[in-house]
Order: sequence, then C-alpha cells, then structure tokens
Amino acid sequence: MTASTQTKVDVQAFNLHYGAFHALKNISIKFVDRKITALIGPSGCGKSTLLRCLNRMNDLIPTVRTEGRILLDGRNIYGSDIDVCDLRKKVGMVFQRPNPFPLSVRDNVSFGLRVAGQSDPAQVDAVVERSLRAAWLWDALSDKLDEPALELPLDQQQRLCVARLLAIEPEVILMDEPCSALDPIATSRIEELMLDLRRQYTIVIVTHNMQQAARISDFSGYMLLGDLIEYDVTKTLFTSPRDPRTQDYISGRYG
Amino acid sequence: MKWNSETIVRQVLTVIAFSSIAGLLLIALFILKEGLPFILKIGPQAFLLNSNWDPANGHYGIYPMIVASIWITLGAMLVGAPLGVAGAIFLNEFVPKPAMRVIKPTLELLAGIPSVVFGFIGVMVLAPLIRAYLGGPGLSLLAGALILGIMILPTVISISTDAIAAVPASYREGALALGATRWQAVHMVILKAARSGILASIILAMGRAVGETMAVIMVAGNAVKIPHGPLDSVRTLTANIALEMGYATGLHRQALFATGVVLFIFIMILNSLAGLVLRKKVRRS
Repeated sequence: MTASTQTKVDVQAFNLHYGAFHALKNISIKFVDRKITALIGPSGCGKSTLLRCLNRMNDLIPTVRTEGRILLDGRNIYGSDIDVCDLRKKVGMVFQRPNPFPLSVRDNVSFGLRVAGQSDPAQVDAVVERSLRAAWLWDALSDKLDEPALELPLDQQQRLCVARLLAIEPEVILMDEPCSALDPIATSRIEELMLDLRRQYTIVIVTHNMQQAARISDFSGYMLLGDLIEYDVTKTLFTSPRDPRTQDYISGRYG
Repeated sequence: MKWNSETIVRQVLTVIAFSSIAGLLLIALFILKEGLPFILKIGPQAFLLNSNWDPANGHYGIYPMIVASIWITLGAMLVGAPLGVAGAIFLNEFVPKPAMRVIKPTLELLAGIPSVVFGFIGVMVLAPLIRAYLGGPGLSLLAGALILGIMILPTVISISTDAIAAVPASYREGALALGATRWQAVHMVILKAARSGILASIILAMGRAVGETMAVIMVAGNAVKIPHGPLDSVRTLTANIALEMGYATGLHRQALFATGVVLFIFIMILNSLAGLVLRKKVRRS
C-alpha cells in the first residue's frame, strides 16, 4: 500500500456476535478513500456481515452484539453521539438483489430527498436527472420517469438502485454482491459504472466472483470463518499471496 | 379394491361439496323468489326511495333504513379503518416478534366474541355515556357506529397485518439504508406496497358492518326515520328484517324479503370490489 492513500473508514479490533455465534473475529482493516476495496471469501465467512457493519444495517437484527470501533473520517460510528439515519445517508448500500421500491422511476430516485424533507419540484427534477446520468440511465429512462420501476429489466433496476443512492450524495458506497442476480453483459455494465464512480466515492464491494474482484478492485481482503486472513493491494494479493489459505482460495482449491 | 374405495370417497366428497354450494344457491334463490316479485309489484322507486315504512297501512318505503345502514357503516369505517390499519402497522413494525405471538391470537379471539356481547356492552356502557355527555337518547347512530367500528377491528387488523407482512423485507432494508426512519420506511414504501391488501381488508370489513344485526339492534335505537345527526336513533336494513320477521305476514313478509334482496346486493358489490382489488394486486406482482 502506498503512503499517499488516505483512510476513509478505519475498522479497529471489531468483533460481532449473532447470539452465541462469533461471526467477526477481531477485524482490523482500513478502507482507502476513492478506491474500490473487494471483500472475498467463501460463503459464511463474514464478508457481508462486515459490510453491513459499516452502515449499521446489522442493528436491525435483535441478537447482534458488537465490540470495537469503526471510524468514518476519524469518528466512531458506533459511538453514542451518532444518528444512524445520518450515517446511512453518508454510507449508502446497494443490495444483492435489485430492490427498487414499488414506485415510479422518479419517486425511487427522489426517495432520499423526500426522506430529508426536500420537495421543491425543480430541485427534485434536477437531482433525478443528475443521478440517473451518473448511473448511466438517463438516456434509457428520461422518457420513462413516471413508469413503475419494477417493470424495468434487472440490470436497469440495479443501476436505478445506484442512482437512488447517488441522489443523496453519500461518501461511501457499499455493494453486497451487486451483480449476482445479473447476466455477464449487465455485470460488465455495473463494473464499468463502479470504475467511473471511484473518482468520487469510496467503494467497498463484497463478491463471490474472484475475477470480478481482480478486474475492478484496488485493494482486496480475504476472509475465512470470521477472520480477515489477508489484506493487500489486489494485484499483490492475487499474484503473490502471503498466506497459504489465501493461495488455496484464489487458486480454486477451496471455496 | 383400493381403486373402488378411492372412487367412493371422491364421489362422497363431491356430493358434499356440491350440496354446500347448492345450499348457498338455494338461499339466494329463495330470497330472490320471495323478494323480487314484491319489488316489481310496488315498483323499485316506491320501495327504495320512499321514506314511509308503515306496513299496517300498506306503506313499504325503506329509504330511512338504507340511509341508516350507509351512515352507520361509514361511521364504523371511520372508527375501525384508521384504528385497524394503525394497529396492523404497529404489530408488524414496532412490536417485537415474541410479543406478537401473544397479541395476534388475542386479537383473533376478539373476532370470536359474540355480537350480542358487543351489543350488551354498548347498551350498558356506551349508550349511557353518550346520553350523559352528548345528549339525545343514547341509543343512536353514533353508538352503533362506535360498536361496529370496534367489531370490525379484527377483520381489518388481521388482513392488513398479512398484507404488510407480505411486503418483501428488501423494501424495508432499502428504505432504511437510504437513511429513512422506520416511520418513513412505513409510510413512504411499505404502506404503498401493501395498499391493495389494506384496501381489501377495509372493504371486507364494510361487508361485515353492513350485515351485522344483533349488536346494531341493541344499540342503535331502531326508530324508523331519516337521521339528522349522529345522536339520532336509527334502524338499519338488517335490524328491520330481524325485528319484524317474527310477526310479519303476506305483503309485509315479502317486503322484508325484499329488504334482504337489497342487503344481498350491497354485500355482493362490496365482496366483488374486494376481490377486484386483490386480483389487481396479484396481477401487478
């Protein structure tokens, strides 16, 4: 890792328990500003759980217990002075399955604005257009703003979820296997979009697909059974991993 | 041998199933056969739009009862629909799962309380309160609407709860992940997604309210007149049939059957509306 990189999210000695199950074991990892970091590992290794800690979506599960700190720009997001709703506006999330709301395209994109109480139509229209352009949807959807979002093809739905997120101007974008419901062509479109978004946003992506991690990420972390085994520049991790377990996984002998 | 017993069971079940459908059809036919000739004889207008109900002297206008039924049902919806939908939202979104396991069966028990008990509470508690604080006879349109509003709560709550629970968790997650509060997630996304199920619950509850008889007889006062305010005593279509069927003969008796025909049409319209709303939902998703 080069010294010029600036840490955006700093996870420090973080533990998470689901009831009696120890799902994240003493994780420490720094996510670098305006880079793409991929979390890879076999199913159940805790990579999605770690992702969901970064915007505190795990708070929704009643049996979850956490220890340790996660700093966003130096401020502990598990601190008592944090408003979770504000946190989630800064750290947005794109889910595994596209989940646009059963509303029109426009109402989906402007959802975050309406949550924030913004309703001036001219401003809403401007943000809707800007967000759809940023997600490369404007040309396809500019004349379909009032149509139901659920009738769009899946990859447009997923990019609509990205647009909906960009509308609230987050700083960090979390992506939980964003392409697993998509075909290869749609996947490559999302990947190009992510590379484009990297100029402005810090992106953390969880993926099952090692080629995808190798293609798009700057840094990669390999997780196994709740441990972060290895974390490095993607190229280094994929070409000369230090840990034999990482070696086994990326060469396909495990997982 | 096995094939034989299989066939017998199937045929017996077929006969039983058809006999229950036949029973329903026969009831409908019977009411129509007794009631329709009467309506045709004195004319739908004289029957439906005349306010003079005086069977002893040959006047059979049920307009006051139609008005009373409509007002009492609307009043009940005004009480029951917001309470019921609010209750369903609360149960789904804000009550922890273990508590839900106690509360839901309790609510369903509420549906099992006989309507005469609701009527009894209305007569003993509600009507005196209305008389003391708001005036009038106490037994009134207002008392009927309040009691009916409470009686339809289980219908509204249980169907609305199911509709809200059927909304995919991903909508809720998506809304919360965009920084919405729980309440914003509920009213901006979840209620919109569950809209048709909630609407159906309200329409079905209306059907129950229109058809309810015993509790209404006990608390609404049963005066045959067009109400001028919520404190007036009223008689609904159902109450009219129940109160007079015991001694009615001849044309009077036919007039009551004709009242039944009107009720039947009311409820059929409401049920098909509910069916339409639910089917639309299925088609969309």
